[in-house]
Amino acid sequence: MAAMTVIEAVRSTLDEALAGDDRVFLMGEDVEAGGVFRATEGLAGKYPGRILDTPLAESSIIGLSIGAAHYGMRPVAEIQFADFIHAGFDQLCSEASRWSYRTRGDAWLPMVVRTPWGGGVHGGQHHSQSIEAYYGHMPGIKVVAPAFPADFRSLLRAAIADPNPVLFLEHKRIYRLVKQDVEGAPAETVIGRARVTRRGDDLTIFAYGLMLHESLAAADDLAASGIECTVVDLLTLNPLDRETILEAAKATGKVLIVHEDTLTGGLGGEIAAIIAEHAFEYLDAPIRRVAGPDIPPMPFHHAMESFFVPDRAKIAAAARELAAY
Amino acid sequence: MATVTMPQLGESVTEGTIVQWLKQPGEAVHIDDPLCEIETEKVTAELPSEYEGTMGEILVPQGDVAEVGAPLCEVVEAGATAGASHRAEPEREPEPEPAAAGLWRGGPMAIPPDEEDAPPATAPGRSGPALKANRPAAPVALSPAAPANGRNPEDRSRFYSPAVMRLAAEHGIELAAMAGTGIGGRVTRKDVEARIAAGPAPAAAVPPARRETAPAPQPAGMPVAARASSPAAGQGGRYEVTPLSATRRTIAENLRRSNLEAPQAWTMVEVDVTGLVRVRERERARFEREEGVPLTLLPYFTAAVCETLREFPMLNARWEGDELRRYHSLDIGLAVAAESGLVVPVIHDAGDLNIAGLARRIADLAERAHTRRLRVEDIEGGTFTVNNTGAFGSIASKPIVNPPQVGIVTMERAVKRAVVRDDDSIAVRWMMNVCLSFDHRALDGLEAGGFLAALKGRLEALA
Repeated sequence: MAAMTVIEAVRSTLDEALAGDDRVFLMGEDVEAGGVFRATEGLAGKYPGRILDTPLAESSIIGLSIGAAHYGMRPVAEIQFADFIHAGFDQLCSEASRWSYRTRGDAWLPMVVRTPWGGGVHGGQHHSQSIEAYYGHMPGIKVVAPAFPADFRSLLRAAIADPNPVLFLEHKRIYRLVKQDVEGAPAETVIGRARVTRRGDDLTIFAYGLMLHESLAAADDLAASGIECTVVDLLTLNPLDRETILEAAKATGKVLIVHEDTLTGGLGGEIAAIIAEHAFEYLDAPIRRVAGPDIPPMPFHHAMESFFVPDRAKIAAAARELAAY
Repeated sequence: MATVTMPQLGESVTEGTIVQWLKQPGEAVHIDDPLCEIETEKVTAELPSEYEGTMGEILVPQGDVAEVGAPLCEVVEAGATAGASHRAEPEREPEPEPAAAGLWRGGPMAIPPDEEDAPPATAPGRSGPALKANRPAAPVALSPAAPANGRNPEDRSRFYSPAVMRLAAEHGIELAAMAGTGIGGRVTRKDVEARIAAGPAPAAAVPPARRETAPAPQPAGMPVAARASSPAAGQGGRYEVTPLSATRRTIAENLRRSNLEAPQAWTMVEVDVTGLVRVRERERARFEREEGVPLTLLPYFTAAVCETLREFPMLNARWEGDELRRYHSLDIGLAVAAESGLVVPVIHDAGDLNIAGLARRIADLAERAHTRRLRVEDIEGGTFTVNNTGAFGSIASKPIVNPPQVGIVTMERAVKRAVVRDDDSIAVRWMMNVCLSFDHRALDGLEAGGFLAALKGRLEALA
């Protein structure tokens, strides 16, 4: 198979899921026409009646998914932009997350909510948000954020097969930026596992989504000047893979956590806490975070957006300081 | 510009006298350089600089009294703190590549200066004595470990990360003897790992005192040294391999070298220390009340050794390379059996100290030896060694010369004995054996015997 983009990975996996399981159906805004990022392009013709357009009402989309999943369907909902998912926050966090708990395990919600997230595409205030911290905080919802096409494929499959609600985050900047020959590529097939994508002895970088690619690029730059990084692709943000996180942190004792989400209350704090709590004696430097600044929206203007979003240069600068520490 | 203030030299001390300025305006000042000598009712101490730069104006003249917290002098900082340099050149200072917008503005791993460290000029009202007096006592010469502990963002040579401490403990690495490659000279995890990988006892782990001599030929037959550190069970659990700490290896190498290189002779005298025991019993309560340290026989013994060494300077010597060097100063090593291994801290210029001074110094060195807080200079440059083997209850022992020194004397336990005196009477006396090992290359039995006889005479004269 030739190299495919992230969007192709998503589309082909949806296609296969629809073909393989009659209970699977898609719904969302404009998904019949293919969706704004063309993730569902061509599927409506192929699977008539199973690709459903919805009103612009995220609460309803998620609420419908809950109902359908409860009755044995495998809904895969698309929220057009992650920025708008919060209208369905109550459905996800107050209902979906605790369905199994409320029924003492009698009922399950095998539902997936897919949504493009993140910035760096000049999306401005309402099309650039990182939302993982809100939902990653919520027990009962799995949150997945892959970075490579092969992982998009395997983890989307795993999400659809999962009996629990899964929030499947697709960073919109890498939809067409990242290509990978998915045949034989390393792919994580289990939700809840992180992967060490690169091994180096000087420091460990934790990242996910677009930032994973920026971190790998930074690691290349750093290797040129003799600084070798371990880079961990977190892949699943809830539940976090503590075992891999601790192993990778202990390996170098110097930890850099990267996310484009704003700093305060971001996932980096939780990862830092896990490491401080369980790997204290292995730390050789203060844990560092490179994150978006604590500013409500990602700005639209190119220069301001660049200021906001961490990139390979900012990551490399922080890594150099950490390596020198 | 930083203002140096009068530190709180002990509880309830409210003021101090500037005895002497050790730096004059315009002179270069380095971190920890003594700026002046301060005398209070409790201590006299040198005030080390917390800053790097040039000595500025002296605000309190020599001989004057200043209250705690009062400004004493100014130091123009060299690589001024972030705050200060921004103030001076707000436009020119290039903002370092912001590693992450919104955080970390202090440069590489900067420890954020606390408010008290802010340049006084920005808030003149805040640096007044009242506020300054509240800050923890400024580091003074009496507590040498204090200044490096984070207050000085440049020097991190004594800051050890959890990873470094763990590795050092696991592998018995002596961190104080290591040079770090991290920021501010910090010893990093990789430094320690490299040190472990380099194998036993490279130069860095050998206390500097030993380094002065010609490098010892690398021992061909030291099988112990090659062992890795993790305890391994041998022969189906019949024994375990004990991991060797760096200290153990250093001790092993020095003693091996001593036995190999220095032909050592041994001799012993019996000393009637009844008078000395009485003196100590008489002085003890008052001494301990006034000096705050226990009074043992050791300071008396050390003082007697010093006086005797003046008489027999050939024993106060070191065999270094091909030279026998007699030293003018009496720097007496004191063997201390710490849990972490034998260590021989040095009482520098012991000959200049009286009994109280020796007692204090001995207590201090022993305490720090046991808590592994000796500094490099504390173990350097001994010219003769005293070994208090009596502490173990020993009444006779054969010490091994501590190279490159040429002599070591033991103080055995004082025990009551029935002694036949010169007039043929039999009396119960406090008797102590004193043993001497010496490097026969450096001196002969004549000097050694003379030394012991003189030492015996001194000790017996005490009453």
